[in-house]
Amino acid sequence: MSNHNAAAAAAFAKLQEEAQKDWDRLREKPLILIGAATCGRAAGALNLLEEVKNELAELKLDANVLEVGCMGHCYAEPIMVIYNEGFPAICYGYVTEGVGARIVRDYLTEGDPGIEFALAALEPNDMFPTFADFPRGIHENKIVLEQCGFIDPQNIDHYIATGGYVALTRALDMTSQEIVTTIKESGLRGRGGAGFPTGIKWQTCLDAPGTTKYVICNADEGDPGAFMDRTILESNPHLMIEGLAIAARAVGATKGYVYIRAEYPLAVERVALAIEQARSKGLLGDNILGSDYSFDIEIFQGSGAFVCGEESALIASMEGEPGIPRHRPPFPAQSGLWGRPTVINNVKSLSYVPHIIKNGAAWFTGIGSEKNPGTAIFALAGKVVNTGLAEVPMSTTLNELINDVGSGIAGGKKFKAVQIGGPSGGCLPESAMDTPIDFDSLTRAGAMMGSGGMVVLDEDDCMVEIARFFLDFTQQESCGKCTFCRLGTKHMLDILERITKGQGKPEDIDTLTQLAAKVKAGSLCSLGKTAPNPVLSTIKYFRDEYEAHINEGRCPSKMCKDLIAYYILPEKCERSCDACVGSCPVEAIGDNEDRIKVIDQEKCVKCDSCMVACPPQYKAVVKLSPPHLVEEKDREYREGKQKWQKQ
Amino acid sequence: MNLTAEEKRIATETTRQLLSTYNDSRGNLIPVLQQVQNKLGYVPAVAMEEVAAHFNVPAVDVYGIITFYNQFRLTPPGKRQVKICMGTACHMRGAQIIQESWERRLNIKMGETTEDREYSLERVACVGCCTMAPVVLINEEVHGKITPTRVDGLIFSHQLDKQKEKEGAARDE
Ligand SMILES: Cc1cc2nc3c(=O)[nH]c(=O)nc-3n(C[C@H](O)[C@H](O)[C@H](O)COP(=O)(O)O)c2cc1C
Ligand code: SF4
Ligand code: SF4
Ligand code: FES
Repeated sequence: MSNHNAAAAAAFAKLQEEAQKDWDRLREKPLILIGAATCGRAAGALNLLEEVKNELAELKLDANVLEVGCMGHCYAEPIMVIYNEGFPAICYGYVTEGVGARIVRDYLTEGDPGIEFALAALEPNDMFPTFADFPRGIHENKIVLEQCGFIDPQNIDHYIATGGYVALTRALDMTSQEIVTTIKESGLRGRGGAGFPTGIKWQTCLDAPGTTKYVICNADEGDPGAFMDRTILESNPHLMIEGLAIAARAVGATKGYVYIRAEYPLAVERVALAIEQARSKGLLGDNILGSDYSFDIEIFQGSGAFVCGEESALIASMEGEPGIPRHRPPFPAQSGLWGRPTVINNVKSLSYVPHIIKNGAAWFTGIGSEKNPGTAIFALAGKVVNTGLAEVPMSTTLNELINDVGSGIAGGKKFKAVQIGGPSGGCLPESAMDTPIDFDSLTRAGAMMGSGGMVVLDEDDCMVEIARFFLDFTQQESCGKCTFCRLGTKHMLDILERITKGQGKPEDIDTLTQLAAKVKAGSLCSLGKTAPNPVLSTIKYFRDEYEAHINEGRCPSKMCKDLIAYYILPEKCERSCDACVGSCPVEAIGDNEDRIKVIDQEKCVKCDSCMVACPPQYKAVVKLSPPHLVEEKDREYREGKQKWQKQ
Repeated sequence: MNLTAEEKRIATETTRQLLSTYNDSRGNLIPVLQQVQNKLGYVPAVAMEEVAAHFNVPAVDVYGIITFYNQFRLTPPGKRQVKICMGTACHMRGAQIIQESWERRLNIKMGETTEDREYSLERVACVGCCTMAPVVLINEEVHGKITPTRVDGLIFSHQLDKQKEKEGAARDE
């Protein structure tokens, strides 16, 4: 086989040379990067891009401007990086309107790098800290995310110039078994949720009889609260593509699919372009790099069904059927798409593969822990200060991730819980903060690694409500095949809804626990098997909140709409400020006989606007739970006033 | 929502034209329906019948697919498709409140289209912008950190746009 591959190596060397030239050319002028993945765009990155381009044109300055993906620091978006002679490269955050133009102008015309807007420098220097100098940087170990935000995802040369497709070229020199063995030795476990060893899956498919085989990248990312896969696909699509091609080579597949969810239009666009570019360079298609190996990739778009992330449902939907899971075995690796042996792997799992082939299995097992090698990629969202993406070695603790990487809880609030592992995961309290993040430890603690979504909750979040939310989600997304999944979750949801409305019964907690056990036992796929997890974990750790709802009609976090009322504290209300009045969409706020603002409880739709609008120096709007406290407060006020008048 | 004869005709023709580029292997079924929806904004009954005939399956199977997947619409969307994210992060940051604001302002419920077909309201599961929660998509554009007042602002700016368009059209005449 190697005689083909000497030619392939030579062909690849040529690609590398061209790519390197393209890459070097970038730095001949000042280089400006703007993070424009979906998250950046939502924060205004495209406006920033335009602003910077206009400013450069107006000042007749020559610079390269690139639209890149997400660096993971989503909290500070929009983000911009400037490489300029004589200074270390600097990353700027919170580059809101007007700021981008100003930084560019001051920096490129007067040599003032605008340090006050800088988040960090990218290389060590004497002037300014780098990301590695912050607590976040100490834990982070970027493998999959390394290039994200630093290369143009729409330019294959950037990927090649930074080491891309070396692994695929090397894989052309290896036998299928050699590749599978390397992945097995690396101990890589699937990052799609269950943590199944990737090498074993590949071996099963390689050993399965038949010549037509398929590989599929699962980019369905249905977990609400998770956005790792989206970011990878938007920021560095070639990494996944290279991984998928290596997977195909390993199991003997000539056709691959990327199953992307429909809610990710930008990811679809970027992956489609990347596939086309790889094809045009001879890295996909017939006789890759002139070798005897052919492989091509097609995109299949999902249609918005969460259960289709489950591999057998995913296959059903590709076959033009409703996405209903099938019984396993046979596993897809034995009989998958159109009955052929099929490997299905998550985006992240595949994205590790090129790195493992390049650096060796031992390198990978050197990171993380023995049973959980490598890194974990988390999407940090919710009430944490530094929301965004983080890649840390497996077995970093929750505490380190939330308090160091995420910089703790926003707004001076108290940490309450972290919801981890998507709808099938669980909620862990403060006391579980020392749990190492890995497949086994999290499951033991009553949550799940899942795919890596992590929503941090603070004292204002109601744990009963979040359990209700997830049950509502799984109940809606149940494909309906199993009775327990279909009806059991519905029954649980009804109970939870009653509780959040203050109509709970004392026996509800026991009923929920019993139903949970039945739903777990009576469901075929993991959707149903894990649906009760959020309920069980919140009952386990936050039982008192359930009891407050049931026994006192009170929501301790003041979140459940039926159990709260908005109230304006008369002693704090600066009556003529009127900010609340203007904000109220239903004209529920008026004056009382003392010309102090009061809320008409009948009209109030509990939209929270007045609480947001009331200026921080007054903070006169509060939430009361249970609602009847409003009457008590009013009485207190009236009685207080009488006393005051008598004096 | 009643379709006009013209709408039905366009739907049939568009579907036929799309079908002519696909063979009848079942794996093409969902991609074709996605294309139909891309072109028309929804999948009307006449399109389902055309698709069923092409793939040689009962029309009710096609209907089964359409209703199984959340993405497909049976009625035409508004000119501005407002999709409210109901994922975890958005929910915990008040997506419900945002939903109610839209419903109140537009005087329709989730899943409905305004009488003038200017707006439709839909829920979506996480759009992957959780750090910007609560999130609303208007057509394909993502708007982060939405508050009830911003809902008013968005609607207001749409009205301004529309007015400008009208004035522009008047001037051109
Ligand atoms: C209800 C359900 C939803 C799932 N959703 C996803 C998903 O969105 N993305 C994903 O990669 N895996 C998802 N999975 C896991 C897949 O079934 C499968 O285990 C995974 O794609 C295998 O890849 P891995 O071995 O690389 O993890 C889901 C599983 C279930 C039961
Ligand atoms: S457990 Fe639920 S989602 Fe899974 S197959 Fe059964 S009914 Fe469908
Ligand atoms: S919560 Fe909303 S509806 Fe109620 S008074 Fe305040 S602004 Fe008005
Ligand atoms: S939960 Fe709304 S974008 Fe993720």
